[in-house]
Amino acid sequence: MHEKTIALLGAGLAAGEFSSEELIGAFLERIARYNPQLNAFITVTAESALAQARVADQRRQCGETGPLLGVPIAYKDIFCTNGVRTSCGSRILDRFIAPYDATVVEKLAAAGAVMLGKTNMDEFAMGSSNETSFYGPARNPWDLEAVPGGSSGGSAAAVAARLTPGATGTDTGGSIRQPAALCGITGIKPTYGRVSRWGMIAYASSLDQGGPMARTAEDCALLLGAMAGFDPRDSTSVDRLVPDYAASLDRPLDGLKIGLPKEYFGAGLDSEVARVAESAIAEYRKLGANVIEVSLPNSQLAIPAYYVIAPAECSSNLARFDGVRYGYRCENPKDLLDLYTRSRGEGFGAEVKRRILVGTFALSAGYYDAYYLKAQQIRRLISDDFRRAFEQVDVIAGPTSPTVAFNLGEKVDDPITMYLSDIYTIAVNLAGLPGLSLPVGFVGQRPVGLQLIGNYFAEDRLLNVAHRYQQVTDWHQRAPAAFA
Amino acid sequence: MEWETVIGLEIHAQLATKSKIFSSAATAYGAEPNTQACAIDLGLPGVLPVLNREVVRMAVTFGLAIGAAVARRSVFARKNYFYPDLPKGYQISQYELPVVQKGQLTIDLDDGTSKVIGITRAHLEEDAGKSLHEDFHGLSGIDLNRAGTPLLEIVSEPDLRSAKEAVAYMKKLHQMVVYLGICDGNMQEGSFRCDANVSVRPKGDPKFGTRAEIKNLNSFRFVERAIEFEIERQIDLIESGGKVAQETRLYDPDKGETRSMRGKEEANDYRYFPDPDLLPLVIDEEFIAATGAGLPELPDAKKQRFMSQYGLSAYDASVLTASRELGAYYEETVAALGGEPKLCANWVMGDLAGFLNKDGKDIAQSPVSAAQLAGLLLRIQDRTISGKIAKEVFEALWAGEGDTDAIIEKRGLKQITDTSAIEKVIDDVIAANPDQLAQYRAGKDKLFGFFVGQVMKLSKGKANPQQVNDLLAQKLKG
Repeated sequence: MHEKTIALLGAGLAAGEFSSEELIGAFLERIARYNPQLNAFITVTAESALAQARVADQRRQCGETGPLLGVPIAYKDIFCTNGVRTSCGSRILDRFIAPYDATVVEKLAAAGAVMLGKTNMDEFAMGSSNETSFYGPARNPWDLEAVPGGSSGGSAAAVAARLTPGATGTDTGGSIRQPAALCGITGIKPTYGRVSRWGMIAYASSLDQGGPMARTAEDCALLLGAMAGFDPRDSTSVDRLVPDYAASLDRPLDGLKIGLPKEYFGAGLDSEVARVAESAIAEYRKLGANVIEVSLPNSQLAIPAYYVIAPAECSSNLARFDGVRYGYRCENPKDLLDLYTRSRGEGFGAEVKRRILVGTFALSAGYYDAYYLKAQQIRRLISDDFRRAFEQVDVIAGPTSPTVAFNLGEKVDDPITMYLSDIYTIAVNLAGLPGLSLPVGFVGQRPVGLQLIGNYFAEDRLLNVAHRYQQVTDWHQRAPAAFA
Repeated sequence: MEWETVIGLEIHAQLATKSKIFSSAATAYGAEPNTQACAIDLGLPGVLPVLNREVVRMAVTFGLAIGAAVARRSVFARKNYFYPDLPKGYQISQYELPVVQKGQLTIDLDDGTSKVIGITRAHLEEDAGKSLHEDFHGLSGIDLNRAGTPLLEIVSEPDLRSAKEAVAYMKKLHQMVVYLGICDGNMQEGSFRCDANVSVRPKGDPKFGTRAEIKNLNSFRFVERAIEFEIERQIDLIESGGKVAQETRLYDPDKGETRSMRGKEEANDYRYFPDPDLLPLVIDEEFIAATGAGLPELPDAKKQRFMSQYGLSAYDASVLTASRELGAYYEETVAALGGEPKLCANWVMGDLAGFLNKDGKDIAQSPVSAAQLAGLLLRIQDRTISGKIAKEVFEALWAGEGDTDAIIEKRGLKQITDTSAIEKVIDDVIAANPDQLAQYRAGKDKLFGFFVGQVMKLSKGKANPQQVNDLLAQKLKG
């Protein structure tokens, strides 16, 4: 059963080939067997998963249908889940039991999806390798010496290793797309405002966006359809109808205009990755697409702008973790300042502290204009670049990440090199656009992802463009041998 | 040297909404600690703020009432600092772009003149919780019921020149926000509190002196005393060769002095930036027009109308328009009586106000309704009872003994207007006081009052006073 996609599992459940309880049982067995190697899950909710599965089976018996009814899913541990530890990969929330469900969790549960557990992640979603997690890194199922990418590394590893057919991720600068690419799966970061952020622990509020991670574009379409939509509890969510993403998957690509940003194929891009990406583009030509070169001239400013805006927002968002009301508190604080400094000092890891410090500095009196305001201006320039490009093309394509998965420990001491891993994904968040990564080949044993960027609310188009490719290729069906 | 005082006030008015500014938790005062704080107020991970529409309506109401420009686009920012009763580690407030921009308020001074005070801005923000340092054996308790309560911070220009002016401004503003129904004005519960920026300069100097900010003054009296103390302190300091430090000070009402809380160098860098969880607040013309249409008659306009419509003095008109409820009560009384505005004014400001004051009630709690009062005044008007008897009837009305006519009937208070009956009483009085009669007739006119008093006493106050006067004058002449 674990080889089946969500679409097929849904069909199997509908046809009565197996029950949700059997299905969940099978996945829980795989998790028990493989998670110790992968560390993809922080928390496994076996008991409640089986109970939820039985409820799903009852719902089906009562006549309810739906593509996700009884289908297993894993949540990145950044989504609050009622009564279940929600750690955000941090010591500071190690013992935090969320008292409510995130909107995404609520919606998927309403659609009948069954939670298997909570997946590993970089601490507070700050990282590109899953190595900043308090719970230790998740590993890449294609090569256990390699990182799965980050920050949604646990979700990507779990999906790639067939421990779950689908998972949620969040993406602030590439945290869905980069691990999807490094683990050879499909993931989409929707337009900012498409998916509610209620109950999704904030890293950088103006950039964070939740989205699905699965093996195929079709599965992502099914999951996104259930996750998306206006939420009155999130002022930044957009009140706009959610299209039937699955319905437009088969639209032909004849005449599709794909833009290749020349800046995404230049220095810094691994030549092997470039070759794989180019062969995927060649495939698109065969599918009827016209490919032209476009320019995103301010691309090189994306990382510096991001590393001002995201830390600035995080320095404020993470202020609530102060040891006063919930979360980690140091032993025997001698006064208030000691309570704050030691609780936060001991509760946060190094990368989180680095970003809090950078952000605090960037917002300080006398520096605000030079850093934060300037970064916001750059953000506008980057959006303008995309706006001009989308006057010419329907989608923009390029490599998701400049390299394949690197080895554990390879970049931990060099944050700047680590940050470059998101060089092609970050600009998409700054502009608030949707972006998707799909598997398009390998360099050695390690997968390569192609990023497709669409115009605002063009998730349906991105899923369609990815799906058509997956109809004529089988990269998305390849399974890592150790977990086949 | 002659010194001039410069004062600007920052007033926090708690908006009288049912729920908080960014959550649906209740704002009612006095609940058990931490029972009115939801996940949003507690700053749990993953929660998000959603702006309360009613808060915006109230802010716009205030803006329109002070003739201010209402910003079509304003922005909520985060003010970042750590404090145990600040659950998110930041307060959501408006910083660079407030919703209410420049406006003004006219205050009345003791010498009968008035002065226009500029209002720089008014912005929306959330309140923090409360730290409780007593009863916890060396620890501190945190009550987050107040966290997220909506506040309108109203910042004046440095236009105030004395403690008295500051108090007059604060009172006028208090009256305004209560009138508009956007604040309950309860100062003891902290619904209306004030920070005062005070500086002094040599008279005629165009430059401002260094200011000290006195925090959290929650009564008119404290504002006056704190400012007066602070002016003295600053002048003494400068005259003895010292320099005023820019700092935050606290007023100690027990000692009647201000003392330093923290200096400028200890001031926080609040690292303000626009809150990415909230979109800019965009207010359209339609919303402003609808809010304007719902605006009540403002105190100054009502005072002018009372003067012209009812022929009241400026003093009476301002007393009667001190609150919306009092003005309404007065107008209801006049309408029910069908005229006699001066008589109504005297009773509302006199006996009614006295009784309310004595029982610590406000007009809304008056046991005597406007219709009941008008019923009483009608009986004065039609000479059923005298004004003096009316006071007795009013007391009975207050005590809930029924309506005017029933009380008059039951107590036999109906005025005697029958001339022969009054004459008989007069005759009896004259007969009983031959000495006084003789003296009066010998030219001691002052004794007229004595005879009136005796007649009223004998008639138990029921004789019609005018008739008593007329008939007595005739009879005493002999």
